[in-house]
Amino acid sequence: MISRRDFLKTSGALVVTFASAPLAETVAAQGQFGTRASHIDPTRLDSWIAVGADGRVTAYTGKCEIGQGILTAQTQLVAEELSVPLDRVTLVMCDTDVAPDQGTTSGSQSTPTNFNERNLALAAATARETLLELGSARLGTPVDQLAAADGAIVVRSDPSKRVAYGDLVAGKKLNVQLDRSAKRKPQNEWTILGRPAPRIDMAAMATGQFEFVHNVRVPGMLHGAVVRPPSVGATLASVDEASVRGLPGVVKVVARKNFVGVVAEKPWQAMQAAAKLKAAWTPAAPLPPQRGFYEHLRTQPSRDAFVVNSGDVDAALAKAASVVKATYVHPYQMHGSMGTSCAVADVRGGKATVWSPTQSAYPTRAGVAALLGLQPDDVRVVFTRGAGCYGLNGADTVSFDAALLSHAVGRPVRVQLSRRDEMAWENYGFAYSIDQRAGIDANGTIVAWDYEAWFASRGGRPGYDRPGNVVTGTLAGLEPQPFRPAQAAEPSGEFRNGSNAAPSYVAGRVARKAGGAGTIASERVLTHTIASPFFTGPLRSPSRLQNTFAHECFLDEIAAQVKADPVAYRLRHLSDARLKAVVSAAAKAAAWDARPSPRGGAARAGLAAGRGVACVAYEGDNGYVAMVAEVDVDRATGQIQPKRFVVAQDCGPISNPAGMRNEIEGGALQGLSRALGEEVTWDDRAVTSIDWRTYHSLPLGIPIPAIECVLIDTHGVEAMGAGETAITVVAAAIGNAVFDATGVRLREVPFTPERVKRALA
Amino acid sequence: MSAITLRVNGKTHTLDVDPATPLLYVLSDDLALRGPKFGCGLGQCGACAAIVSGRAIRTCVTPVSTVAGADITTLEGLGTPERPHPIQQAFIDEEAAQCGFCLNGVILTAKAFLDQHPKATDAELQQATSTVLCRCFTHVRMWKAIKRYAAEKA
Repeated sequence: MISRRDFLKTSGALVVTFASAPLAETVAAQGQFGTRASHIDPTRLDSWIAVGADGRVTAYTGKCEIGQGILTAQTQLVAEELSVPLDRVTLVMCDTDVAPDQGTTSGSQSTPTNFNERNLALAAATARETLLELGSARLGTPVDQLAAADGAIVVRSDPSKRVAYGDLVAGKKLNVQLDRSAKRKPQNEWTILGRPAPRIDMAAMATGQFEFVHNVRVPGMLHGAVVRPPSVGATLASVDEASVRGLPGVVKVVARKNFVGVVAEKPWQAMQAAAKLKAAWTPAAPLPPQRGFYEHLRTQPSRDAFVVNSGDVDAALAKAASVVKATYVHPYQMHGSMGTSCAVADVRGGKATVWSPTQSAYPTRAGVAALLGLQPDDVRVVFTRGAGCYGLNGADTVSFDAALLSHAVGRPVRVQLSRRDEMAWENYGFAYSIDQRAGIDANGTIVAWDYEAWFASRGGRPGYDRPGNVVTGTLAGLEPQPFRPAQAAEPSGEFRNGSNAAPSYVAGRVARKAGGAGTIASERVLTHTIASPFFTGPLRSPSRLQNTFAHECFLDEIAAQVKADPVAYRLRHLSDARLKAVVSAAAKAAAWDARPSPRGGAARAGLAAGRGVACVAYEGDNGYVAMVAEVDVDRATGQIQPKRFVVAQDCGPISNPAGMRNEIEGGALQGLSRALGEEVTWDDRAVTSIDWRTYHSLPLGIPIPAIECVLIDTHGVEAMGAGETAITVVAAAIGNAVFDATGVRLREVPFTPERVKRALA
Repeated sequence: MSAITLRVNGKTHTLDVDPATPLLYVLSDDLALRGPKFGCGLGQCGACAAIVSGRAIRTCVTPVSTVAGADITTLEGLGTPERPHPIQQAFIDEEAAQCGFCLNGVILTAKAFLDQHPKATDAELQQATSTVLCRCFTHVRMWKAIKRYAAEKA
């Protein structure tokens, strides 16, 4: 492979030849760095798209594949806009030497960012229009009489007159700016995008050929293992290097502040040495007890914020015919990636290369630079796929581990975390405690909604300047984002519901503007952020899942109180047409049995069957989803067995319906696992969820519910994210179905058999 | 360290390794195979599976000395992208993956079990995969692929 920068330096042209030599070999062949860029200008076409002399198209993106299918979808996008077959496009993801900085792949933002009239989509459209202009000059035919087809510019009236892209651009210097007026192909003309293209990586993965970051091998590479503190907040008193001296393969013991690691010739040797290394630690104050943690949150200093406050909620509740109130709680949960996190770093001579599964290539580049005292320009982060990540697993922290250890030994070092180190120290999804009150008028209509939440957070992603937000950064002496308590200011500006703290049913009035999806005008949404004892991060549908669980079960409680059908009652309080449409579509597809819950009449023993619904406008405006869940509840064992999920979803123009179904199915079942079993536990010193016996993921071998997807392909609107929609509504839909079946309301996730039995007793 | 002879995917290798080393490290590091993966190191998730004497074993907790001389098959030993094994083809046809990290354990566990129990019931298949994990929860497609392979065998 010749990097773009190499090529541009020699020829200055758009054209790049691209072969698929494994990157590790390439880098070794080029010397440690090859060429390096400190900056890739996202306003330049060359930063996104290159056309080779052979007509192959290479596209460079800052949004990476983490299992969600964006490799295939972005490849489809480029192929569609450039009118080339899918297999003629190569997508290069998140290599800071060659790909533009698009921050982090997160928040269901890859589709909004790259599939609308900007960034990658705009670059591809600009490239097509540029090729048309070049073709026009070459063929002596006006652009409006030309078409782009199958990798060539063709005269519409005489397709024998054509010039292939490779012939057209070879040797020419283009220097084109992204053109804001470049036209995307209309959706009704799509032949590649919008179709169920098979996953590009599938055959390599199924046959064991695929190179994950775990498989990266560079010449002279050693293996590292880390030694984390035995308890949260413990500080290192001393390390006894002699305790591992003479063990086979041990190269070096590395300690920096509270970071400790061992480097050895082989991975098993490194792990053995790490297990045997004697280190003395000074414990910190004990952790707050897990029992009572949700109450504990309410007693702590907090940073408060109003998402919305109409100012009349107390008065409206006082006047209401009746008031419903309830408290919902949600635990810390973990990403628990299938493979423990792994990275390879090569730090020598004031330069660093890190092969990393991070979702944040450029921010990780800045973090590695800060840790090593280098300039970001001296660091190259090469995104290399890891095990599926659902936000922020150990990918960033292990990249820092590998960089620190390589820096210490002056040779490339590969680090893969142990299962315990992955689980005990990752950035968990937030624990939440949520109070809600709703005022109902004499007609059973909700007239006021009051929401107040306490949730534990500690920083978040490291970003460009907070490597201390993950464990290795903190251990190495860099501070996490400071926590500053603050009183809530009145909301100003526009209504924003990015965390879905406001229920879909409120009007969302801020500064006399209404931005919500609902009709309830008296509304107050107040959040209290508390300093978390554990690292936290954006676990798939961060905050949105916890909030939606609380909102959607609470709405169901209110509907039950006024004896209204849960679907009809939702529609009655919603105003957003697209959200209403997915609720109606899911109900229709499920042949929803319209009546109030609970169903009643079920026997007091044996299985009870019920159905529940939940919906959300994800992040307020980034995807609409509704789910109907049908479950059986075993009254004797407390087991919940879901039988059927029906999911209706509208995320605007669909890039790949097969990929979207895969995300819905996976989101639904991951949501099921999180709803039924997943909860991070701890004692007074440390996290005790350290393996698959102590953290309860549903295995492959379970009876799975039938999952039916209703995909609503809305044209003429922005493309939205589809990776976090379905999972957001699962716990609520199941909780509502359990209520329908049994008349018992579950207000604490996970719905373990013990909790269900206790609730039924 | 001692010399150990392994037969992996039909090829014989003689290696000088600590006999207590788990087989996984030998396969993925000494032999640079990409199929078997470190998921937990505790035998709890299946990512490290290989087929030894017809059974799927957890290589992360299997000392290499205990499989010396046995026939070991890894995911890459079944088929290639160009000529996949029928169960690999079933997974490709069903697009039964998201991140793909668990595929090794899923495919090898299902294959080994179905090859020995071609008429296995759903409950038996669920039991056989009760300690196999897929954290992306691609279960719907994986079960379609497994059933497709089972139907082809029956």
